[in-house]
Amino acid sequence: MQRHFDEELKQLRDRLLAMGGASEQIVGKAVKALVERNLALAQEVLREDTAINQMEVEIEDLCLNLMARYQPEAKDLRTVAMIFKIVNDLERVGDQAVNIAERTVDLLKEPLLKPLIDIPRMAALAQQMLKDALDAFVNHNTEMARDVCRRDEQVDHLNDQIYKELLVFMTQDPKTIIRAMDLILVGRHLERVADHATNIAEDVYYLVKGTTIKHRLAGN
Amino acid sequence: MSTPSEPVMPPRITPPAEEPRVEGAALAVEKLNAWFGSNHVVKDISISFPKHHVTALIGPSGCGKSTFIRCLNRMHEVVPGARVSGSVLLEGDNIYAEGVDPVRIRRRIGMVFQKPNPFPTMSIYDNVAAGLRLNGTNRVSVLDAAVEEGLHLAALWDEVKDKLRAPGTSLSGGQQQRLCIARALAVKPEILLMDEPCSALDPIATGKIEELIYQLRERYTVGIVTHNMQQAARVSSFTGFLLMGELVEFGATGKIFTNPKDSRTEAYITGRFG
Repeated sequence: MQRHFDEELKQLRDRLLAMGGASEQIVGKAVKALVERNLALAQEVLREDTAINQMEVEIEDLCLNLMARYQPEAKDLRTVAMIFKIVNDLERVGDQAVNIAERTVDLLKEPLLKPLIDIPRMAALAQQMLKDALDAFVNHNTEMARDVCRRDEQVDHLNDQIYKELLVFMTQDPKTIIRAMDLILVGRHLERVADHATNIAEDVYYLVKGTTIKHRLAGN
Repeated sequence: MSTPSEPVMPPRITPPAEEPRVEGAALAVEKLNAWFGSNHVVKDISISFPKHHVTALIGPSGCGKSTFIRCLNRMHEVVPGARVSGSVLLEGDNIYAEGVDPVRIRRRIGMVFQKPNPFPTMSIYDNVAAGLRLNGTNRVSVLDAAVEEGLHLAALWDEVKDKLRAPGTSLSGGQQQRLCIARALAVKPEILLMDEPCSALDPIATGKIEELIYQLRERYTVGIVTHNMQQAARVSSFTGFLLMGELVEFGATGKIFTNPKDSRTEAYITGRFG
């Protein structure tokens, strides 16, 4: 039987994907501004986060509305509940992009400390994780969701590497501390983006299968 | 962290819209009161039924919701000793004004009842055509077209098109109710009122009627009375909560079911009441 609830659920999914797209884009833009030392682009990021915040509030409202009006069950319930969680992660991704842009605005006041190698690499990994988590959502692809979760370790590893490398700069020359700290924070923000992508992937797995792979519960 | 960057104050976000978009009222009720003898059952209710929306009235048994909806097409007054005061404006004209013919009003404001009540001696076809014949339409081509359209609108055509001459009572309960909806729609009303249209039906038939109600709003303004809150939540854009003859709260359905203003509404919809 056709249900008008399905139409509303589809609209909800579309809204989530629009927000996902915006979150992917804003991270890309923040990293690009850092790598290309582009102040205007960094400032754009700061402005664009508002649109993501707006979507968060709207989608949360939609979710609550659907839950109250349709009392969804089973997969319908998991879908609405997981979307309610995923928006939270996407909103935080937008915040991480803003944090990176803020560090960029500061970093641009001084010459480059060192050529950026691991940060762009880490950014590419985190962005791909986010993209794949959203693709897994669209296609209900649990294998892809699991794979996103596995890749989180690579990002964590790069983050440690960045931290250790910059620690050397700071101990050798205190004049580098400000810039090194900014870069360490950028690494930390990217690591958080990957964490949010992992959360989304875990939620997608739960949405599709109804069992959780969080906290190694599925022995992944 | 280095020197703090210039604070950037992003523009404030706007809160999500709470009200569905409305293009005027199809029916505006002002200070409506209704009595059975000395029993005052509807007390000073003012409410608007927005055009092309489903408006639901919920409330516990005996709250006056059925009486209220029967006042909207002048059916309350047919009960001996029943009385109404106040006004009901249909496209701006008071249906209780002097000289207004109740039969004409009932043609413009259709009603579907709790129990499917097809005319027992009539075929499916004749049930749908009954209202038109009563209005003096006898041309077969016109009746054929109206019957088919009514049955299509009521999502029943595919199930009965090969047995239009079978008795209306040969259909299942859910089909009979859709037949009654087809009969109400055949005379092309502006407003369709429904009094507990699903309470005699099983969940599958209920689901079908609910989908139908939701689709009907594209062509009609629908008012539905139900004690099934979930049904009101699923099918309506606006909901009113009635208690002991009074309208406690009225608002967008999403708002009523996520954040009602009145504590009595909250108690009722969360099941803490009665």
